[in-house]
Amino acid sequence: MKVALFVPCYVDQFYPKAAIATLELLEKLGVEVHYPKNQTCCGQPMANSGYEHLTAGCNSLFVDNFSGYDYIVCPSGSCTLHIKEHLHSPEKEEQAVDIRKRVYELTEFLIDVLQVKELKSHFPYKVGLHQSCHGLRGLRISQMSELVAPAFSKPAQLLDMVQGLELVPLSRQDDCCGFGGTFCVVEEAVSSKMGKDRVEDHIEHGAQYITSADLSCLMHMEGILRRQKSDVKVIHVAEILNHSHE
Amino acid sequence: MSNATGKSHPQLAAVFNQDEPRVDWHDETLWWIRQKRDVQAHKLPEWELLRETASQIKNNVLSNLSTYLEQFEANAINNGVIVHWAADAKEHNQIVHQLLQERGINRMVKSKSMLTEECHLNEYLKEQGIDVIDSDLGERIVQLANEPPSHIVLPCIHKKKEEIGDIFHEHLGSAKGESDPKILTETARQHLREVFLTRRAALTGVNFAIAETGEFVICTNEGNADMGAHLAEIHIASMGIEKIIPERKHLGVFLRLLTRSATGQPITTYSSHYKKPQEGTAIHIIIVDNGRSIQLGREDFRNSLKCIRCGACMNTCPVYRKSGGHSYHTAVAGPIGSILAPNLDMKKYADLPFASTLCGSCSNVCPVKIDIHDQLYKWRQVIVKEGYSPASKTIAMKAMAFTLSSPGLYRSGGKMGRLVFKYAPFAVNNGLNPWYKHREMPKAPEESFGEWYSKRKEGKQ
Amino acid sequence: MSREKILAAVKKNQFTSTALPDLEILSALTATSDNLVQQYTGVASAGGCFVYEVNDLEAIKDILRKEFKPGVKIISGIQGLDEYTYASNVMQESSHSFADAELTILASNLGVAENGALWLTENQMNIRILPFISQHLAVVIGKDAFVPTMAQAYAQIGNADYGYGAFISGPSKTADIEQSLVIGAHGPRSLSVFILI
Repeated sequence: MKVALFVPCYVDQFYPKAAIATLELLEKLGVEVHYPKNQTCCGQPMANSGYEHLTAGCNSLFVDNFSGYDYIVCPSGSCTLHIKEHLHSPEKEEQAVDIRKRVYELTEFLIDVLQVKELKSHFPYKVGLHQSCHGLRGLRISQMSELVAPAFSKPAQLLDMVQGLELVPLSRQDDCCGFGGTFCVVEEAVSSKMGKDRVEDHIEHGAQYITSADLSCLMHMEGILRRQKSDVKVIHVAEILNHSHE
Repeated sequence: MSNATGKSHPQLAAVFNQDEPRVDWHDETLWWIRQKRDVQAHKLPEWELLRETASQIKNNVLSNLSTYLEQFEANAINNGVIVHWAADAKEHNQIVHQLLQERGINRMVKSKSMLTEECHLNEYLKEQGIDVIDSDLGERIVQLANEPPSHIVLPCIHKKKEEIGDIFHEHLGSAKGESDPKILTETARQHLREVFLTRRAALTGVNFAIAETGEFVICTNEGNADMGAHLAEIHIASMGIEKIIPERKHLGVFLRLLTRSATGQPITTYSSHYKKPQEGTAIHIIIVDNGRSIQLGREDFRNSLKCIRCGACMNTCPVYRKSGGHSYHTAVAGPIGSILAPNLDMKKYADLPFASTLCGSCSNVCPVKIDIHDQLYKWRQVIVKEGYSPASKTIAMKAMAFTLSSPGLYRSGGKMGRLVFKYAPFAVNNGLNPWYKHREMPKAPEESFGEWYSKRKEGKQ
Repeated sequence: MSREKILAAVKKNQFTSTALPDLEILSALTATSDNLVQQYTGVASAGGCFVYEVNDLEAIKDILRKEFKPGVKIISGIQGLDEYTYASNVMQESSHSFADAELTILASNLGVAENGALWLTENQMNIRILPFISQHLAVVIGKDAFVPTMAQAYAQIGNADYGYGAFISGPSKTADIEQSLVIGAHGPRSLSVFILI
């Protein structure tokens, strides 16, 4: 299978290690990974701010970069969801529709497509799993607490395969971290408070690392942790799953 | 309540967040109610089917609303009830006033109706010299405090018992410093009992109006709607056009969902079905539009009219919990309020659809499956298109779109940004940068993933 | 006229009709032969009711004699409970005249196990204000009168033509003051349920 790696713009610029880990992990699992080098951004920051009508350029570029692959894998729930729900390109609509079916967030790709049952990774720490909202309620990579339905979690399933890792329980398993795109600056007071409370939940339960399938959430929580001069670190799920993996 | 201060949600929320322990208290209280709702929902394995059924019933109602409204009216009239129609808030208020004036009544008791909040009925009647007393305990408290309710089901969820004690001491004669809820409730009971026994007119809301039979249902825990209505000569019931449900048996779906979603109780103490007036008394129903027919015509937003006013979306919304209902400066706050209000006044409420992270929790607790978070996203597009977004934001977004449509610009822009972070951190680490108020900026790595990948590729070659 | 204006606006903005869902599935899913009296008792008690299983009306009188002082105004809607003022005899009096009622006892023929609700119509209340204005309320119901959920309850009510009816699931209550549950808001301070077994 031909797999393209879709690296969110802010991951590319500020958290390349997560993208590197994603690439390495997929290759270790035997996947042929291509990186379309002219990719930029999925357009979500503009669309979520009400400027979806400005995303035509981004969309067109996305279609050009990602056509012709069996799967497109992305280490971000929110970017994946955005493409799945909002990728349109008037002149290339057929390709856009096709891409929407093929785009996967990393953990759902590992569980649903590669059907990973074991990992050779090693991460002997206490880890808190933050269920990012778009991945959770949008992509359904885990069961949300609002629904009366059987529990499951693809990220947790994968983290369970990692040696030495202990997932800590949380008081609120899927409360939002408060990043929300431009919300984080437009509604700064509420956003910081939401992030502060999320971080506290993890700290109270002894997490040494906070992980998530979404770096936007982690970036926001990391900002708060570092301001508090906390020892707790954030780390993307890909980096844990790739950790010390042969 | 109209936004007298002209402040927006972010500004009001920032003020609310100045008192962090209070925010924690407000947040924890509402989260507790969300959890009670979860407990009740999980007792019913058929819960999701119930939601889907209720959603489909309401879809059917909205798609046949004119027929159902006429059916409801005909049946109500047949039952001896008088039906009025009000195109807007002003007309609704005028009808209420006229009904009271005709009977020489200048004092009225009211039980909870968010519609009358929306219409600012109390203020209007006060100007006409009519005294209105709200009989729902929470509403009476905010009335005495001269505030609007902050939550559609829990009107004074934002008030602490000591504050309520002070209000009662000032207005109802309870002892100074008394804050025991039992004693305060008893005080209110005595005070309001006297009101019920002396008012010739009672106004209530309507939870559900049944087209098939012309009856309507009111749900309360306190019994205040019934105390008022059964002791009055005239019972006025105000309802929005969307309160219709087709058949009586559909109550078997909605009454199973409403209170479980709202307060985590299996049902309210009283679910009262009013069909015919008591002998010697009159029931008048006022059917109100006030922008609802316009919302019905908005394809993307008409589903918001399915709302049964349970408040579950408010209880679960992290932004509502941490900013309080008053931050929304509108009668119905929270997620549902944010998709209803822009229809009424897009300019005044342009800030509300942005008071959300689009986390989606609301849509998934909504008993009638309104796609609230999707509508919040769609309202953002409409508000920007209609020109209610700040010019500075538009410029920034256009610049961003331009940069991100060009791989070359994106790469050099990104590199530039990282250089700024590395060599001139003061450019971003300052008071002008809202991110920086409570958070450190992310560290800038040496190279982007793109740059690393290129190097690796070259290395391979 | 506003009526025509509103109906026209609604009609114009309506869209393709969608069908009503079938309620039979829900009804079937919730039908059960489990011990309904037991389930009802658990839920009603949790909601603040006092639930008694009694053999006959005499047993009810015994309990009421213990719970209520002699001389207080007790109105009964049940003919067999004749110690008290019989509601149909005083129906012509104004609603206001019952402001001093200490206890009202009424009969119900339909109880809902899932939520502790009892259905009473105006006929059973005699006067609409009675079950609200009275300081305490008691309801007598037969052990076979319970259904599992509201779905079955409305099936039983059918298209009965009442002027007024109410599901009553407990004493009046409020949690408006800091979510502290207080029993006895504006309606009765207690609800006693006598299940005739």
